[in-house]
Amino acid sequence: MANVPEGLYYSKDHEWLRVEGDTGTVGITDHAQHSLGDVVYVELPKAGESFSAHDTFGSVESVKAVSELFLPVAGEVTEVNESLTDEPEKVNNDPYGEGWMLRLKLSNRGEVDSLLSAAEYEDYIGSLE
Amino acid sequence: MRYIPNSPEERQEMLRGLGLGSAEELFDSIPPDVLLKRPLDTPAALAESELLELFESMAARNAAARRPSFLGAGAYSHYAPTIVDSLIQRSEFFTAYTPYQPEISQGTLQAIFEFQTLVCQLTGMDVANASMYDGSTAMAEAVLMAERVTRRSRVLVSAAVHPEYLSVAETYVAHAGIELGRLEVDEASGRTALDAAALEKDVAAVVVQSPNFYGCVEDLKAFADKVHVAGALLVVVVTEAASFGLLRSPGACGADIVVAEGQSFGVPVSFGGPYVGLFATREKYARQIPGRLAGVAYDKQGRRGFVLTLATREQHIRREKATSNICTNEGLIALAATIYMTALGRRGLQEVAAQCAQKAAYARRQIAGIEGYSLPYSAPVFNEFVVRAPSDAAALLRKLAEGHNVTGGLALSRYYPERPNDFLVCVTETNKRADIDALVEGLKAS
Amino acid sequence: MTITKATTHVTQNEALVFERSQPGRRGYRLPALDVEETALDELLPAELRRDDDLEGVPELSEPDVVRHFTRISTWNYNIDLGLYPLGSCTMKYNSRLNEKVARIPGFANLHPLAPAEDAQGALQVMYELQQHLAEITGLPGVSLQPAAGAHGEMTGIMMIRAFLDARDGTTSDEAKRRKVMLIPDSAHGTNPASAHLSGFTVKTIRSTSEGLTDLEHLRELCAAGEVAGLMLTNPNTCGIFERNIKEICDIVHGAGGLVYMDGANMNALVGVARPGDMGVDVIHLNLHKTFSTPHGGGGPGSGPCCCTAELEPFLPVPRVARTGDDAYRLDFDRPQSIGRVKAFYGNYGMHLRALAYILTHGNDGLREATEAAVLNARFIAHGLADTFDRPFDSPPMHECLFTDKRQTRKGVHTLDIAKRLIDYGFHPMTIYFPLIVQGAMLIEPTESVGRAELQQFVDAMKEIAREAAEDAQTVLDAPHTTRVGRLDEAAAARKPVLRWRPAEAAAGA
Repeated sequence: MANVPEGLYYSKDHEWLRVEGDTGTVGITDHAQHSLGDVVYVELPKAGESFSAHDTFGSVESVKAVSELFLPVAGEVTEVNESLTDEPEKVNNDPYGEGWMLRLKLSNRGEVDSLLSAAEYEDYIGSLE
Repeated sequence: MRYIPNSPEERQEMLRGLGLGSAEELFDSIPPDVLLKRPLDTPAALAESELLELFESMAARNAAARRPSFLGAGAYSHYAPTIVDSLIQRSEFFTAYTPYQPEISQGTLQAIFEFQTLVCQLTGMDVANASMYDGSTAMAEAVLMAERVTRRSRVLVSAAVHPEYLSVAETYVAHAGIELGRLEVDEASGRTALDAAALEKDVAAVVVQSPNFYGCVEDLKAFADKVHVAGALLVVVVTEAASFGLLRSPGACGADIVVAEGQSFGVPVSFGGPYVGLFATREKYARQIPGRLAGVAYDKQGRRGFVLTLATREQHIRREKATSNICTNEGLIALAATIYMTALGRRGLQEVAAQCAQKAAYARRQIAGIEGYSLPYSAPVFNEFVVRAPSDAAALLRKLAEGHNVTGGLALSRYYPERPNDFLVCVTETNKRADIDALVEGLKAS
Repeated sequence: MTITKATTHVTQNEALVFERSQPGRRGYRLPALDVEETALDELLPAELRRDDDLEGVPELSEPDVVRHFTRISTWNYNIDLGLYPLGSCTMKYNSRLNEKVARIPGFANLHPLAPAEDAQGALQVMYELQQHLAEITGLPGVSLQPAAGAHGEMTGIMMIRAFLDARDGTTSDEAKRRKVMLIPDSAHGTNPASAHLSGFTVKTIRSTSEGLTDLEHLRELCAAGEVAGLMLTNPNTCGIFERNIKEICDIVHGAGGLVYMDGANMNALVGVARPGDMGVDVIHLNLHKTFSTPHGGGGPGSGPCCCTAELEPFLPVPRVARTGDDAYRLDFDRPQSIGRVKAFYGNYGMHLRALAYILTHGNDGLREATEAAVLNARFIAHGLADTFDRPFDSPPMHECLFTDKRQTRKGVHTLDIAKRLIDYGFHPMTIYFPLIVQGAMLIEPTESVGRAELQQFVDAMKEIAREAAEDAQTVLDAPHTTRVGRLDEAAAARKPVLRWRPAEAAAGA
């Protein structure tokens, strides 16, 4: 059973968003890392880049697959988790903690309302099986 | 048919076992209006002896294969040690498939890893792939890679790059949203002129061949400096791999991507193929490189092995977002090159290169001394150089072929009709002094 | 059950050539230089010359080199050892006669830029091969220039682009160009990759529950407009013949597009049915599959492109033409050609081998091979029908598709079955392809396998299925008999080591 912590927002593309004021932290969910298998590489943008909601901001690779990463909400990237270059396995081992991918300044806080709650996301992944 | 193990009788039994009356029924799922209702209009089967006779008679018509030759221009006659061909004829190498199951493909994988390493050593780069089809397609792929890496859409290519390579690049970029610009050749030196003003912000890369099509060795370091200031990549193309034994590596000169034709390393000229493309780049671009990569891996017991890795760049995973569509490359030819590079080794590769340069210098001196003949370019050369004849070069070379039994070189008019009197001479370690002297005598007499 | 095809044996260890290198060893000898030597500084200034003395490049004696490559070769499975059931790869017998033909000095020593009058035999070989491939495919225009299947695909798709631009007058009109290439979800990865290289956007067509192209979805996508063409494999990658092929071609042609066929599965069709007769406009062949040129551990291949007379002007340049009765030339005057896709004329050594293959089989032998290939695949499909899940009912052609559905209930997956098959003495089948089926196992025996070995394979697979049910750990930990076990590919991809460096050797890797 995948881990779906409370207090986070989720997207149907299996990303999570933690909001603190008007900054957000983004990563991929436990369900996503489990489907991917051992993560070998994470391609992330640079700080300062701006994206709209649903834009591709990077990709995550396992040995046999690669998935694009979609930003749940619009914003400007303020920080990127550089440690994932050398330790991509953090995404598997601690997807909601050490496996965070980027931090951003939200440009439209209202967009958060269209994301899923923990319960809604849990239902969603249940429906996929 | 003797290649089919099951005899007709055995096959009949197998059909019956499947509840089928005849082989035709195997194709019941093919609509009748699509079935071929007559035998193929191709020849009847030949016995081995008949087949060999037929091919020998066709081969006998290839007069050029029997003559001493001074042809280069992208394919080179070098001596391949006997062990190269005998080793690549081992079943385990030539009838094996792509090493997707590493546990039973370690032979292929280790050889690829050795090939990649040797290519890095010779080119002076950090990472090399398992091979491309040839030098020309490797260059085209380098252009595509430069666009991916820099996100810029213009690539400047020296006009002194092999004309067939230029042609291939044009085909590849036709729909890739990349514009190819030309850098002209300095008529006195024979080297590419780099106009710094041409290096605008939208230039992804500058592509230079060295030694270039005219045989001239380019000043790669000067190129690298200017190109990098503009934020572009330097792509260096090498058609005569033997030159790696003597010339400063493109990596040491500042190249970002090096592509080469590896045919000089133990591969017969064989009317143009199969050859092997070398592709090498810097560590930081490793994930953008096309083609297959073999890497080190360990099993649970800590035993070292090799696997195909970073496969997520490739077509079977990334599909339309792949770095290239390449799948089958030139595996066995890369192996031949690996065996050649290993057998010649550190000393041999340098000695072959030195002999090429010395013999070419001798030929150059002798030809320059012939009345009416001149060497139009002043830049240093490795083993190829342009000669300007007093008359039409193609006709001259024809006379040499018919009257003196030697292929004296390549008339440049084949690619550049505006240069009727120029021809390109290539000398390798296989050209004997006597052959060079005979060429000179032939030129004098014609 | 006793495993009959293989057993364990002492295997030689062998380090990397760089680790074996000993300073001062030599594996070559050149004739002495026979011209006056000039000081190198006079030939090439020092700053243009290497100054690293090729450090790191190995120094080995000749026996060292021979032992090295011989030893590592023994670690490879290969066709000469037996069945190599890789789906869509057509691992058939690689004839030694073909090798001999390719090495005839009159071919091997011929320079590609030798004048045509001195290379008539070489051009004759190409011309005749072109004729035979045209007859086999039913498509008259042939280019032998592409060096591999994917290369041939790219060529064919570029030709479609050029043809449409000429027909619709859109050569310089980016906006009006047809941009969409339709590709089935079961297609080989090279298909969308090749389409992308030619500037097309890919739209995926669904497959039906029978494993065939969904005609309704095809009609829908064609009606949406902008369709340049369809890339299709037939038999498809599930091993099934697309019986609606004519209708498929009609739908695409009706929408103004062209049909490209991936010829990887021609081993089910040679002498039996021709793509040209099905309505296909352009196809690429894999000489290293259907025509037995050796796989070589990853090439060389050869991917000739065959097309209709309408598409012929767009084929790569030069073409090989016949002038008069028995004379040949290279025709560079092809104004509508897409250009060159490779320097020179293609992987010529493979052309020689493929022609030898065609002439050795003869026209009846070619058909016989096709029948035997399909028969062998049916035999396996029949033998495994009760043991493994078959996703589609349609009778398989030259390859059969199974899944691991039954075995996954015990926690055993396709990968594990493949690895265990190694212990039984076989190379595994193609796994996880096509992507439309979970845990795919695609098995193509080819005509080059005898009945007894086919039965050994069937028995081995059945035994593995029994192990999966009764002794899963044996399968999960397989292979047990190879010199290395399953390698950690994730670690290899995280911190790739793609070349040897002296530091590694010192650390005792």
